[in-house]
Amino acid sequence: MKPTTNDTLRTWRDNIPVTALYTAGLGGTIFLQALKERGQLVGTRCPTCQRTYLPAQQFCERCFAELTEQVRVKSKGEVVSFTQAHYDRDDNRLPAPITVAAVRLDGADTVLIHYLLRTPKPRIGARVRVLLKPKAKRTGSILDIAGFVPA
Amino acid sequence: MNGEPKVARGTPLSGEDIAKGKAFLVPYTPRFRYAWDCGEAIGRYFAELKNGRLIARHCRRCGRVMIPPRMFCEVCFRPTDDWVYVKDTGRVNTFSLCYVSWDVRKLRKPEIPAVIEIDGASPGMGIMHLLGDIKPEDVYIGMRVRAVWKPPAKRTGSVTDILYFAPIAGGRRRKAAARRQKTLRKKR
Amino acid sequence: MGYRKVAIVGAGMTKFMRRALETPKELAWQAAKAALDAAEMKLAQVDCAVFGSAPDVFDGLHMKGEYLADGCGGWRKPYLRCYVGGGTGVFAIAQGWLHVASGMFDTCLVVCEEKMSSCLPHPQGAFLTIFDNFTEQPLKPNLLWIFALEQNRYMHTYGITQEEIALVSVKNKRNALGHPCAQLGAELTVKDVLASEVMAWPVLRLMVSPTSDGAAAVVLAAEHVAKRVTDKPVWIEGVGWCIDTTYWTNRDLCYPRYVERAARMAYAMAGIREPRKEINIAEPYDPFAYKELHHLEGLQLAPKGQAPKLLADGVFDRDGDLPVTPSGGLLGVGNPIAAAGTMKVCEVFWQLRGEAGARQVPGKPKRAVAQAWGDLMQMGTVVVVGV
Repeated sequence: MKPTTNDTLRTWRDNIPVTALYTAGLGGTIFLQALKERGQLVGTRCPTCQRTYLPAQQFCERCFAELTEQVRVKSKGEVVSFTQAHYDRDDNRLPAPITVAAVRLDGADTVLIHYLLRTPKPRIGARVRVLLKPKAKRTGSILDIAGFVPA
Repeated sequence: MNGEPKVARGTPLSGEDIAKGKAFLVPYTPRFRYAWDCGEAIGRYFAELKNGRLIARHCRRCGRVMIPPRMFCEVCFRPTDDWVYVKDTGRVNTFSLCYVSWDVRKLRKPEIPAVIEIDGASPGMGIMHLLGDIKPEDVYIGMRVRAVWKPPAKRTGSVTDILYFAPIAGGRRRKAAARRQKTLRKKR
Repeated sequence: MGYRKVAIVGAGMTKFMRRALETPKELAWQAAKAALDAAEMKLAQVDCAVFGSAPDVFDGLHMKGEYLADGCGGWRKPYLRCYVGGGTGVFAIAQGWLHVASGMFDTCLVVCEEKMSSCLPHPQGAFLTIFDNFTEQPLKPNLLWIFALEQNRYMHTYGITQEEIALVSVKNKRNALGHPCAQLGAELTVKDVLASEVMAWPVLRLMVSPTSDGAAAVVLAAEHVAKRVTDKPVWIEGVGWCIDTTYWTNRDLCYPRYVERAARMAYAMAGIREPRKEINIAEPYDPFAYKELHHLEGLQLAPKGQAPKLLADGVFDRDGDLPVTPSGGLLGVGNPIAAAGTMKVCEVFWQLRGEAGARQVPGKPKRAVAQAWGDLMQMGTVVVVGV
């Protein structure tokens, strides 16, 4: 038999079959429970560092203290940054651009990322408010918030 | 104070908690699809498998005939030198009788993975494959086996072009196999 | 050799359990905080952080090291993530040791964490690519295969029986009853183990450690800091690590040469000539029952093929000549991949300080070794500690 030459067998195709199932954790559970049941935005506060984390966190990343003080953050705030996405994750062009904003809500020291709705001309510094879905449609997810709308 | 944990933290979450909706969970199934480049050695290995042959690589410095083949010798850290055809027979170095699949389903008939030292390669040079045409209780370390190939038209250039390795007729049964047979019969 | 003395001054861990409500970050923080509290230190006193955790695909978190940095005290600090399979839990301590011994940092927080419950249908799906894509994966292998193949080879080479191996499960699960964080402590007999389900012969269900969620952490300090922080520093006397080829089918699996090399590296540093005599406690890695015996031989604590005999003679019991796995090990406490090895380091730390509670080994143990193993039957990582 002649020695074999290989012109065609160049790649092997396969996949890694996993599904990830994430838990909200202790901090996340506080946040999502309040959001779903009471339509409230709850964070936790570090008295030493004088910082309020939204969504609620179990510990302060700066001083490592356990955070037990819950704070109800207001639903109005300011746009810190924004962008308009024209492509989805798989590199397909979106039918219409989606605007996403980083917003610091009054009372929180962290920013929350979500869609920016009803805003044809986004602006850093603009005042916005959180638009919640009606209670019947809330499941305990960040999508219980529909997005930010002009205040 | 110094000392082992008096209060060990961690909040167990049971299947029941989840079923009762006591936890906020988010599933995500990423699509991890890959096209891995075979490289020169495995590309040739696959091509030879399609032709019903096993091939190895030889390093002249350490003298090893290596299967699966590789373009550099990991012991001498230099390129390997020659292609060497090896036989499709060998000896079972170790094996297992596996009753669970990778996703933890129970199997009634066990799969029999094995490491088979291939004739013509250096001693101890094994490849992993499956054993077949044999009852689980009859398998033993040291058993001589031969590859059972797919018909040529069905081969694609893959290790699965060999269906499994089967015992070479006339192999002896050993006491260990008989002992294991007793253990297995207790479990079924 | 030009490096400084380093001590472990605090240790902490979470419970190991099948599924935790906490996020990976919260688990890491709980262990790290417990270690810092035990050392009576504040985060501001930590100069750098070293973190170990398994591949991102396990809990579906890309850039997992970065995500977990906050929970490991990594906020605005020099930070290193390492991973060598199950070997990580001890390897991370060696990496932390390097940070301090080199003189670059005075203190280091080492945290290892794993959350395996997030991976569906089973963490094994993430493990499939440990097998060679081309020569092994098409056969649809599962992880049990390599352990079973190795156990069979070990048994065959030395004439060891399943009964002898089952004793490891009995000892470790019983030891785990004394561990506040244990997932599977139990009072079992050899008969119970042998009657358990055949997973992949010769591996039986009660010979396999569980998949777990959990985290463990230690605080390392240079000599001048250690002496200020505690009156019982546990010195890191030797570290060693070694990897073998991924061509696992080309090696004889009956003996872990890479564990021997890692052990010799650590023993040489610690000035140990006769490990069997000079080591008082051993915590070898026990993801499967036979592995404890396999590793004891690699650690030079038993002649080749003889570990089962010493076990049967009671040498490795908690009140024996050389207590082995007084913690309860992976079989009894649990196996969150990266954190398990660190749990063993926590154990030898507590044992040498007389703080291991119900698990305390009698006498005044002076020196201990913790070892972990990982990858495709490849990686040995060893740490020797002493007081």
